[in-house]
Amino acid sequence: MFPRILRLGIVFLLVLAVGCAEKPEEKSFIFGMLMVGPFNDRGWSQAHYDAGLYVESKLPGVKMLYLDKVNPADRPGLTLPQVVDDLVSKGARLIIANSDDMKDGIREAAKQHPDITFIHVSGDDVLTKKAPPNLSNVMGRMEYGKMMAGFVAALTTKTGKIGYLGPLINEETRRLASSSFLGAAYAWQQVRKRPLDELKFKVSWIGFWFNIPGVTADPTQVANRFFDGGYDVVISGIDTTEALVVATQKRKAGREVWAIPYDYKGACQGADEVCLGVPYFNWGPAYLTSVKAVRDGTWKQTWEWNGPDWNDINNEDTSGVGFLNGPALSTEVAAKLDSFVQGLATGKINVFQGPIFYQDGTPFLVAGETASDQKVWYMPQLLKGMEGASGPK
Amino acid sequence: MSYAARFSLSLGRLAAAVFLSLVFTTLLLLVSGAPPLHTFAILFAGGIGSVAKLGQTIAVWIPLVLCSSALLLTFAPGLWNIGIEGQIILGAIFATGFLRPFPAGASPLVLAGALIAGMIGGAFWAYIAGVLRTWGRVHEIFGGLGLNFVALGLTLWLIFGPWRRPGVASMSGTEPLHPSLWLKGIKGFSLSPVSLVLALLAIFLVIYLLRSTRWGLSLKAVGQNPEAALLYGLKPNKRIVEAMALCGALAGLAGALQVVGVYHRLLPAISSNYGYTALLVTMLASFRPNLIPPICFFFAVLNVGSIQLPLQLKLDSSLSGVIQGVLVLSIFLVHGLEERWQLLRRQK
Repeated sequence: MFPRILRLGIVFLLVLAVGCAEKPEEKSFIFGMLMVGPFNDRGWSQAHYDAGLYVESKLPGVKMLYLDKVNPADRPGLTLPQVVDDLVSKGARLIIANSDDMKDGIREAAKQHPDITFIHVSGDDVLTKKAPPNLSNVMGRMEYGKMMAGFVAALTTKTGKIGYLGPLINEETRRLASSSFLGAAYAWQQVRKRPLDELKFKVSWIGFWFNIPGVTADPTQVANRFFDGGYDVVISGIDTTEALVVATQKRKAGREVWAIPYDYKGACQGADEVCLGVPYFNWGPAYLTSVKAVRDGTWKQTWEWNGPDWNDINNEDTSGVGFLNGPALSTEVAAKLDSFVQGLATGKINVFQGPIFYQDGTPFLVAGETASDQKVWYMPQLLKGMEGASGPK
Repeated sequence: MSYAARFSLSLGRLAAAVFLSLVFTTLLLLVSGAPPLHTFAILFAGGIGSVAKLGQTIAVWIPLVLCSSALLLTFAPGLWNIGIEGQIILGAIFATGFLRPFPAGASPLVLAGALIAGMIGGAFWAYIAGVLRTWGRVHEIFGGLGLNFVALGLTLWLIFGPWRRPGVASMSGTEPLHPSLWLKGIKGFSLSPVSLVLALLAIFLVIYLLRSTRWGLSLKAVGQNPEAALLYGLKPNKRIVEAMALCGALAGLAGALQVVGVYHRLLPAISSNYGYTALLVTMLASFRPNLIPPICFFFAVLNVGSIQLPLQLKLDSSLSGVIQGVLVLSIFLVHGLEERWQLLRRQK
């Protein structure tokens, strides 16, 4: 029948037009990078992208293949194992998945490709023993960066009200919001010498790592509500820079407000009037180590939680996380931040020291107790003194 | 006009539309500084360049065929079932709900039950749109659009509320299903033979219903002349609701397959916009069943291949969507030009 022949014909022509299947390049070492947001989001994903470029620049012959916006809203129909298949067929030997949201997908893909090495950023599959042997976890100890953010926020605020623009609620985000609060509480009580109940610290969650119109709460609106409600410093916990943008708009309208972005070293750029500084991830060193190890056949499964290099928290070759002062940070507060960082470095200051209570009043740390890694990683609630939801209602 | 003549006319229009959209896309690529031929080659290689890719393409082809053939049923009586998107979502919700009592896994029989639940969910949602149209006198475009929003809202509420993951408040999705409840593909091939068979059955069922049954004939009669259909006792309102419900059932099946076969959980973007894409496919096919499978295949190749654009050329993958949209616009343009030309000829 005519139509059937035609159907076959179309398929045949398409196959013919294409000719050959792709061949993986063999000369160099290739690693793949899967990013949940746009590679140039000036936030979470760009920090990873830049780390990939860093690895390329340090190791000649190593090439990064990347795909950004890897999430079902931006790429309908795409699943993680599919993209991984594609990267592997293009020669990738190591694949880095940069989102909490990829946890299940990357585990599935790792099981399908036992000869390829995988890194799931921010996950805990290695801790929970769910990980196949070819899957590692990497995360930065952003708690420190967030403490510094909270610290400068509390020293800068004039209204005594700090807003935290939160993404979704899970262990990671509770831990980071709480670290900001503890940093702020330290500054408020120890430096400004004021009672803690005079400091308002409110967390508002949008429901995902970045804005998905119609699905999440709109971070621009949330930031606006903070500023309009008298919160004059907003700390961002999401992947993108809405808090900074809204703060800049408010400044132009004559309001005295500030914001603290997140994730990406260059986030303050272009927001000179409002940016107090940015706690950021520096994934470069960790990725460099992993790429070398996989290339040389010495890779071992690990669960890494990389801290700052206390000699210089902004050293791009050694420090896992950092805090870059922003143009709007006063010299006075900057000086106090320096001594705070010094205190953290020497261990003289530990904001995770009891007594600290959970939001419902039960003890998180008893008097004198300091928190173990495990206890910080798996925080089930926000802390007493913080306003906002600890979990799903 | 004979069948062959009408068929080749549709085909001619399609060819003209393809040509027009290729010209437009090529211009677009030239403006953005990308080499057109190379780009097209990479796009198509990304969809059919290897057995694995072909598998992915067919995995996209399946829901597209299900939805496009479903839409033939509602287009026959002249309905614009834009609510198909919501019907897919309801199918996904019902299937997920059916599987929730089995966190530790269950037999394939339960999986079959989930597919049926999905069909019921889709049919239910379409039935509402149908009744709104026939009883409430709400046009199905507005009713459907409204129900699409309600369906998305329902998904978000379930994911953020009753079906949330323990200790987590995220719009990302529900807890993944137990692997025994995944509709698995052949090894190394992201495609389940069960889904493929179901999609083929669906298109044959629709062709059979429309071409060889009294019911199908009466649907078309309703579409061409509702008043006459009423006089002849064809019960147009009943036919409309039936067509909607059956269309919804197939869309719901597509939604259920998205849950058990693709994502293994419920997420906000579960429909992957396949409903809207299927509307484009059906329009492009001028509502001819024969053209549905090849056009769906072409669209699936574009969908799957589009990943290669950012991966290999650092181009935005939305180019595929542009090609699809321009194709549909082109076919309308070709229709319009044809009518203009005939009008001119008659005036002479």
